[in-house]
Amino acid sequence: MSQIPISVTVDGLTYDDEVEPRTLLVHWLRESIGRVGTVVGCDTSSCGACTVLMDGQSVKSCSVLAVQANGHTVTTIQGLAEGEDNWHPVQAAFKECHGLQCGYCTPGMVLASIDLLQNNPDPSEQEIREGLEGNLCRCTGYHNIVKSVQYAANTMAGKDQPAELTGGAR
Amino acid sequence: MIPIAFDYVRPTTIPEAVAALVASGEDGKILAGGQSLMPVLRLRMAAPSVVIDCSEIADLQGVRDDGNSIVIGAGTTHHDVMNSPIVKEHSPLLAMATATVADPAIRHRGTLGGALAHADPAGDLPAVALALDGVLSVTGPNGSRDIAAADFFTDYFTTSMAEDEILVSVTLPKLGAGWGYHYEKFQRTAQGWAIVGVAAAVHRSNGNITAARIGLTNMAPSPVRASSVETALSGADATVKAVGDAAASAADGTRATSDLHAAADYREHLARVITKRAVLTAGGI
Repeated sequence: MSQIPISVTVDGLTYDDEVEPRTLLVHWLRESIGRVGTVVGCDTSSCGACTVLMDGQSVKSCSVLAVQANGHTVTTIQGLAEGEDNWHPVQAAFKECHGLQCGYCTPGMVLASIDLLQNNPDPSEQEIREGLEGNLCRCTGYHNIVKSVQYAANTMAGKDQPAELTGGAR
Repeated sequence: MIPIAFDYVRPTTIPEAVAALVASGEDGKILAGGQSLMPVLRLRMAAPSVVIDCSEIADLQGVRDDGNSIVIGAGTTHHDVMNSPIVKEHSPLLAMATATVADPAIRHRGTLGGALAHADPAGDLPAVALALDGVLSVTGPNGSRDIAAADFFTDYFTTSMAEDEILVSVTLPKLGAGWGYHYEKFQRTAQGWAIVGVAAAVHRSNGNITAARIGLTNMAPSPVRASSVETALSGADATVKAVGDAAASAADGTRATSDLHAAADYREHLARVITKRAVLTAGGI
């Protein structure tokens, strides 16, 4: 089967490769360039575990062909932190608020949350839940995920964190 | 799963896309945003010999004001449709219904034209195009033609487009002053398909409803107008009772099916209840 040349910028690095047209973006990210932080959770476009940013917008990388990423910029969970200790505010918020249990949905949750906050920097709880409707947590740990997004919104806006987001029983 | 192998072309103009579709014979498949096609490919429920990716054709993109109507390029994403100031001002019913389609990541890729051409009976947007008397412009090797939404959707996942035609744009008459609107969707989960949906536009003058346009999602193999409700509402009092009486005929003439989500008679019940809610909200009653 024919191979098609692609050039894609992923997490700040440009990769030139050749792919079969049927190769999904998520498979290319994981198997060809080692971005295994992007995971596959379903086969139905439902779960959002494979969410990445393409040209800054969230997409489900199981529902985009690798050839379609040609000439575009992709950000994965592995491209957010600037060094070991300098996490993206959304990553830091998920750690602070314990916005994960098994962690499998977390890469997609973090990237979907970044997309949500760039469209709506000060979302209500309802807007957070609706904004993350395309990402499923099989541990059903949504409560702390919502808090994580609220915490991140406060951090990014330079606001103090309210008491219910810091310490105590959550 | 991994899709079955296929060839891939990415035209940058509409004539190139039509030429690729003609050259592919019966086995070519248009990819617009891919949010319905990719799952089907992954599950190997489709095996096209060539996928014609139309997502980077500039002439299929964007929304423009055309006087008494607005024209939306078939390749405009749901995200861009629902955030377009032109759509929000002149066709707010479309913006509202589009915001209920799937989830944000899918709305970043999925397109209005793709959703209409796919003609899923549970899709939200065909009922909106039908309710608003939309006109769909298609182009093939023999030129372009316009198809009224009422003539476009013919059966399950089937339209009146020929095999070698592609959908280019959708024209929607502007909703002017006095019109209210609402899309009411009954679904099992937040990102789920509509079990039943109702797209309603209602025109009021003084204490009366002067006109209503109502499209039903998932009440037949293709979207249908609730014509008897529209007739009953024309000139009706703008009261809860009058709307309820009119909505009682919402399931008349529909062909609801039974599936694992709902039985046909339950869908008929939902159509009546949701039509009432949609009209009340659209009419500000």
